[in-house]
Amino acid sequence: MSYAKRILHVDLATGKTEIEPLKDEMAKKYIGGIGLGIRLLLDNSKPGTDPFNPANPLIFITGPLSGTMAPTAGNSYAVVSKSPESGGVGEAKAHGFFGAEIKRAGYDAFIFKGKAEKPVYVWVDDDSVQLMDAKPLLGKSPEETEATIREELGDHYIRVAAIGPAGEKLVRIACIINDSTRAAGRTGLGAVMGSKNLKAVAVRGTKDVTVAKLDEFREFVKMLHERMKGPATRKYRTLGTPENVLVLNSLGVLPTRNFTNATFEGAEKVSGEYLNERFVAKIIGCSSCAMRCEHIAVVPEGPYKGTTTRMEYETLWALGINCGIDRLDAIIKAMGACNYYGMDGISAGVIVGFAMDCYEHGILTKKDTDGLDLRFGNHEALLETLKKMGTREGFGDILAEGAKRAAEKIGKGAEKYANHIKGVEMTGYDIRGLKTAALGYAVSFRGADHNRHGAYAPDVKGSVNRFKAEKGRGKLVREIEDLYTIIDSLIVCKFTRGVYYDTYKDLAQYYTLATGIEITPEELQVTGERINNLARLFNVREGLSRKDDHMPAKVMNTPIPDEGVSKGSYVSQKELDLLLDDYYEVRGWTKDGIPTIEKTNGVGLNDLVYIVKPKIEKPKK
Amino acid sequence: MAAKPARKPVRKFVSADPEKCVGCAVCEYICSLEKEKVFNPTKSRIRVVRLHPLINLSVTCRLCEEAPCVAACPRDALEQSNETGVIMIDEEKCNGCGWCIEACDYGAMTLHPETRVVFTCDLCEGEPKCVEWCPEEALDFTTKDLLAQKARVAVVKKLFQEAMKTVPG
Repeated sequence: MSYAKRILHVDLATGKTEIEPLKDEMAKKYIGGIGLGIRLLLDNSKPGTDPFNPANPLIFITGPLSGTMAPTAGNSYAVVSKSPESGGVGEAKAHGFFGAEIKRAGYDAFIFKGKAEKPVYVWVDDDSVQLMDAKPLLGKSPEETEATIREELGDHYIRVAAIGPAGEKLVRIACIINDSTRAAGRTGLGAVMGSKNLKAVAVRGTKDVTVAKLDEFREFVKMLHERMKGPATRKYRTLGTPENVLVLNSLGVLPTRNFTNATFEGAEKVSGEYLNERFVAKIIGCSSCAMRCEHIAVVPEGPYKGTTTRMEYETLWALGINCGIDRLDAIIKAMGACNYYGMDGISAGVIVGFAMDCYEHGILTKKDTDGLDLRFGNHEALLETLKKMGTREGFGDILAEGAKRAAEKIGKGAEKYANHIKGVEMTGYDIRGLKTAALGYAVSFRGADHNRHGAYAPDVKGSVNRFKAEKGRGKLVREIEDLYTIIDSLIVCKFTRGVYYDTYKDLAQYYTLATGIEITPEELQVTGERINNLARLFNVREGLSRKDDHMPAKVMNTPIPDEGVSKGSYVSQKELDLLLDDYYEVRGWTKDGIPTIEKTNGVGLNDLVYIVKPKIEKPKK
Repeated sequence: MAAKPARKPVRKFVSADPEKCVGCAVCEYICSLEKEKVFNPTKSRIRVVRLHPLINLSVTCRLCEEAPCVAACPRDALEQSNETGVIMIDEEKCNGCGWCIEACDYGAMTLHPETRVVFTCDLCEGEPKCVEWCPEEALDFTTKDLLAQKARVAVVKKLFQEAMKTVPG
């Protein structure tokens, strides 16, 4: 079976390790990836723990298919911890090669606790686990760290996940990067790693990974390979996600200059079409994948000549369009800088866009910005600011706290320009004109995000009226959320979500063929619901509730000004309330967004009723 | 009429096209599955090397003429099939000394992590699974002559880019 059935605990303060067996019932109940990860987070932490407290566990966790030749799911891992941005669930997934190596070393998960006295990296060589001196690695980028460790340990096939200078300096949007270009990007987990003095995790696994039903599994994978060559993945194999630029622009929902506009006059110049024509040198693939999607862009000429990095829509949007920048060479350079410092490129771009907006409105002046002319469109200022953020130098120290905290520090009404939900920066959909997505963003348990719910799909496809907030959207969001949660627990790449034609049926069969654990499509669907409730329960335990299911101020106060179909659209408080009421109702939660005792029991989380009981029984004023 | 001298058998081997290979390692997985019934790249007869996001290539046995691995073996444990060119390993004789590994310029000889004897590509009895499964069609089961022919056709197409546009069909 494809679980290793072992969880490795590492105490970074003492170097002591311990193996905890993973029981079948636990595995089936939470699957793996973020599902099992959030359960382990909840069980291994006390309420109210500061994310940077050594007691906050940092969890690296594989999925049940990791280490097999399951396309995309074979190579993945997830990172779970309490987020230093939101104070709630922090989770991010990454593909590449690293995840499979964890499984081959004989583990389903690593749980790092405590703080190392000096900077270390953890070297997991099958059964041997050592803390290694990381002092020579300090200040290095994740890519340099990987190369140095491989050199030091003398094996090219060692896989490494590392933080860059940003993680070392506890920049709250720091990410963890594996295999040079792949990031567990969102919710600031690199900063948690930095707070533990943990620079990197290096793994070599040489053990066999097997599946329960080998021949059938092989046939199933073959079928997926065929489907992956078809229309379901066309976008990702051709132009890639940057195809979104012109699509969203034409719909009037391309957030521009920190959500000042929703169309961008420079869209053609930063489009997926232009990127592919001029910059993409090769499209490469992750381990075990049957499509390839990773568009590697190289700047061919000019001041940023030679910069080489992966490009996707979200970071292109954040570092480009959201900052009013219409030069792809500069955007690629900015992406390269984010990878170098080890920062989430989405959040980084949104923070710089926020600072630019403040500058344009006189809230920040050259006195505050170390002399930088932070006007929208100034790509040199963008690059300087990224460097300052990544190293917490000068003015960057404030921005390194994330948009929400930076706005609080700056004051003078800067909050109006900070585009975040639960402290996590927005992503590239203007939800003023996508109201199903707006609900998905508001209730996402990891803060502002499009990948927790994919609720932009019905809006963009036109299967609902995207300008209208109405009952029924709660059900839509809930259904996609439950499926996405299963996808993230199996850690299947969302680019391939379309190849599971029969969704839960296909995924349940896949799971059973690999693990030998029988699960029905219905059970899997309930598991998705369970994990969503579990994540909500963690957030409730940490003090989050309805008040945190909010929208950025601009989304609620500034109607889209651009001429076109979306003109005038925004989300009013009344609409948000309607959407939240509808969603909580279909979720079986209270008006305050707390899972009821019945719901908590109903999804099999009986042992967690203690979290909701005091919140529900408290008399309302 | 006098009989012609016997023609040397055509040796087909697995070759990766550097333009097409994306480093996905599907070949490694299917190889270890086919040969050992497990997923484990360290037991694969073909290995992927990624030096940089833009530099990816799968490498396996090239079926050299006068294979140096065979010549290097002090225990006569290796033999090259006259017919297919495949390197055959006598697991009884091999003691894992690694001379053949050193002799191979392509890293195609590997020490098995468990049995501690060497192994290499055996072409799956003429139907290499890696070629069948390669999602990018980057792997070819081909001969050196055919590779040369392919290169020649490609270069001529390139030289006559403009003319090719007007060729019917």
